[in-house]
Amino acid sequence: MLDTLILSRVQFALNISFHILFPTISIALCWFVLFFKIRFDQTQNPVWMRAYRFWVKILALTFALGIVSGVTMSFQFGSNWPGFMEKVGNIAGPLLGYEVLTAFFLEATFLGIMLFGIHRVPSKMHTFSAFMVAVGTTLSAFWILALDSWMQTPSGFEIQNGVVHASNWWAIIFNPSFPYRMTHMLIASGLTTAFLIAGISAYRIQQGDAKHAPQLALKTGLIVAALLAPVQVFIGDLHGLNTFEHQPQKVAAMEGVWHTESGAPLLLFAVPDESQKTNHLEVGIPNLASLILTHDLNGEIKGLSEFDSEPPPVAPIFYAFRLMIAIGVLMWASAWLACYQLYRHKTLPKRTVKWLNWMTFSGWFATLAGWYVTEMGRQPWLVNGLLSTQEAVTTVPPSHVGLSLLMYGLVYAILLVAYIHTLRLMARRSTQIEEYETPNTPSSSDPVFSTAPGASV
Amino acid sequence: MISADVLSIIFAGLMGLSVIVYAILDGYDLGVGIVLPINTNAETERDTMIASIGPFWDANETWLVLAVGLLLVAFPAANALILTKLYLPVALMLIGLILRGVAFDFRAKAAIAHKLAWDRVFKMGSILTALTQGYMLGQYVMSFEQSLSSFLFCSLSALGVTAAYSYIGSTWLIMKTEGELQKRSIRWARLSGRASFIGVLTVSLINPLVNPSVFDRWFQFPLMMFVLLIPILCFLAFLFNEILLARLPKPNDRHCWLPFMMVTLIFIMCFSALAFSFFPDIVPNKLTIWEAASAPESLMFILWGALFVVPVILVYTAFSYKVFHGKATELRYY
Ligand code: HDD
Ligand code: HEM
Ligand code: HEM
Repeated sequence: MLDTLILSRVQFALNISFHILFPTISIALCWFVLFFKIRFDQTQNPVWMRAYRFWVKILALTFALGIVSGVTMSFQFGSNWPGFMEKVGNIAGPLLGYEVLTAFFLEATFLGIMLFGIHRVPSKMHTFSAFMVAVGTTLSAFWILALDSWMQTPSGFEIQNGVVHASNWWAIIFNPSFPYRMTHMLIASGLTTAFLIAGISAYRIQQGDAKHAPQLALKTGLIVAALLAPVQVFIGDLHGLNTFEHQPQKVAAMEGVWHTESGAPLLLFAVPDESQKTNHLEVGIPNLASLILTHDLNGEIKGLSEFDSEPPPVAPIFYAFRLMIAIGVLMWASAWLACYQLYRHKTLPKRTVKWLNWMTFSGWFATLAGWYVTEMGRQPWLVNGLLSTQEAVTTVPPSHVGLSLLMYGLVYAILLVAYIHTLRLMARRSTQIEEYETPNTPSSSDPVFSTAPGASV
Repeated sequence: MISADVLSIIFAGLMGLSVIVYAILDGYDLGVGIVLPINTNAETERDTMIASIGPFWDANETWLVLAVGLLLVAFPAANALILTKLYLPVALMLIGLILRGVAFDFRAKAAIAHKLAWDRVFKMGSILTALTQGYMLGQYVMSFEQSLSSFLFCSLSALGVTAAYSYIGSTWLIMKTEGELQKRSIRWARLSGRASFIGVLTVSLINPLVNPSVFDRWFQFPLMMFVLLIPILCFLAFLFNEILLARLPKPNDRHCWLPFMMVTLIFIMCFSALAFSFFPDIVPNKLTIWEAASAPESLMFILWGALFVVPVILVYTAFSYKVFHGKATELRYY
């Protein structure tokens, strides 16, 4: 039977998976948009303004979806995981509190000025607002990732009467896995957005948009992607080493190591079998996994059978990890190839444009896959070694959780379709707008809201 | 180091502050959504109405996140109790908030043919949010009792809160619009004002009847002389608005901001009355703020931050209201 635990887990996973799609874009898109605005301020070249205008609208839409799904998240702790706050509330509370105080208000308030205030404040003030929004989103990632990392690698606490108390805030925030997770996630956001920008611009070009702005955006996206992709592979490797040190069980699941091995191969493909505790159809490179993780061809990797607690679900972690890496490598190759073609021929061949269009949402898949590795790899713990998921769950009857799950699922499905559809629509529509209007005269072609004739200042 | 008991009071105060600020701020933008006319030929009116709340709604909603956050941070036991008791209404409210939040953006970006549909979603979402919030307020007052009479009371409270939000929303519009739309807003304000009055009156009559401790607290000499100011002020504000609204709009748009201020006063009075009725219970008759609080060292850690950050938040919020001061104009991203 479906019990409250399973339903609550599915619901949490659904909500956070939906939520993270939008922050992943908005964190980096804020910086991209700020870049467009600053370039316009410097050069007064209207093309930058066009790029700004187009992407700021997408930012607004993405933000709206991020906010509403985030508000939902903040209610879930109390309603579905009351045990979480009872046990570790002294740590989680302040971190969440600081996120609201330092990040959410900042981004929400300045977003209003950034989106709608361009004619009401001096240009410098407007650029400053865009900067504050970008700082706000990055700060919010900082706090929530500190919390998530603390749940993976808790430190700086003591236990009194079965409840976790903070003893050292510095150690709590900068816990062992935090620097890696923060860097890896910020770059993930950068890559996801770079490919989104390149992809949508490619789509506009495919639709016959011969203007300068999409080409400029495409180029910006590609250069950023080409710079970030190799860094991400490198950081990801360090991240894995860190996990190997602090959560060896998770790494064993990621690499599909059931029994302790020396000189373990790097499995490119396999079918993990939970019941027989072995893999089928293994294709691997001998000794490579040991080399990567221990810097020794014959290094030892502890197998899942050696750990006391029950193992996390192996197959999904194993596949998700490979999906993320495959996309990472693909991103690297695509970005470098396209940049090379741009450099050599000044334009992109049709095939590359088509490919970039295909890659538009690739970052979403890698990001989700990465989070699934991280979060499922932590099971059966909610806070590693301190609190099991089972202990934290609510007492609400399953029927209620099932009902709310159904409602969220339905709403999210519709919204996701509407979001993607609207991005495409906006791209097609902008194709019909004239090239160089003077940047600050309102045009009738793409107002955000059309006016009531009677309602002027 | 501040003692644990005092810390609990400070945090209860902070939480109360964010709840009332939320009710006023998100109240007006929910209210605008509730009164939104959804007939096909009112498109320009809708545009102006939504433009009047465009730059603010996001920050307004953040006060809700802060209130829940503080509840979670400072009183985890109360958070768990309230949110599990109100599981389904909370989920419905969140669906309402999701729908209106996204409709707001989609309406401007989706195909023209879908704009009216998103406007309807915006209205439905706003109504759903207001109704569920009112319902939860009722449940809270009734200590989550499950009975027919409790259900009736909660339904009444749901309607009351919806009326109150429409009231503050329409007075916001009186301040932010002009011409025909302003005249319509005045009519909406008069209607919803009367409905709110009935709502407030019934809730304040029933509350002391069902909660004997509340009755004792209010009708206790000599405190009574003093606290009766709350309902009296509230009544005067209603009366004043009733008279004023009949005379608006005045030449040069004088006093167009006054009704909104009066409704704000009403909100503050009603909230104080509730707080006075229940303090120090954070969940009426079940949990006091001292039983529900978390560890002092964690509260101190946030308090330091809050002392520094909250004034900064107030400053830039004020700045944003200054930037968008005056009648609502078309919203553009450039
Ligand atoms: C602040 C805490 C926090 C943060 C930032 C995240 N998670 Fe998480 N996650 C949890 C706190 C948590 C949790 C409360 O601890 C859950 C709920 C049930 C559980 O076992 O852990 C969880 C479970 C959970 C599961 C279900 C795992 C399972 O039950 O087997 C998935 C798939 C995700 N999360 C995905 C994500 C994604 C995509 C995130 C990206 C933002 C994310 N999590 C961030
Ligand atoms: C359990 C986890 C999470 C919770 C409870 C949560 C909560 C929230 C809330 C309440 C908001 C809305 C703020 C507002 O009203 O403006 C929000 C938005 C946001 N969240 Fe989360 N969040 C979670 C996970 C994450 C993660 C993992 C990240 C980043 C890595 C993240 C980054 C953001 C950002 C950048 C925003 C701003 C809105 C946007 O960009 O769309 N969140 N979140
Ligand atoms: C190709 C090289 C990559 C490697 C070696 C790598 C490595 C890793 C590892 C080991 C983890 C799990 C860490 C843990 O749970 O403790 C992880 C998580 C994650 N990865 Fe990757 N990754 C790579 C590429 C990417 C790409 C291209 C993206 C997205 C665009 C991405 C996004 C993420 C995210 C969002 C997480 C979860 C958050 C975190 O724990 O940092 N990764 N990655």
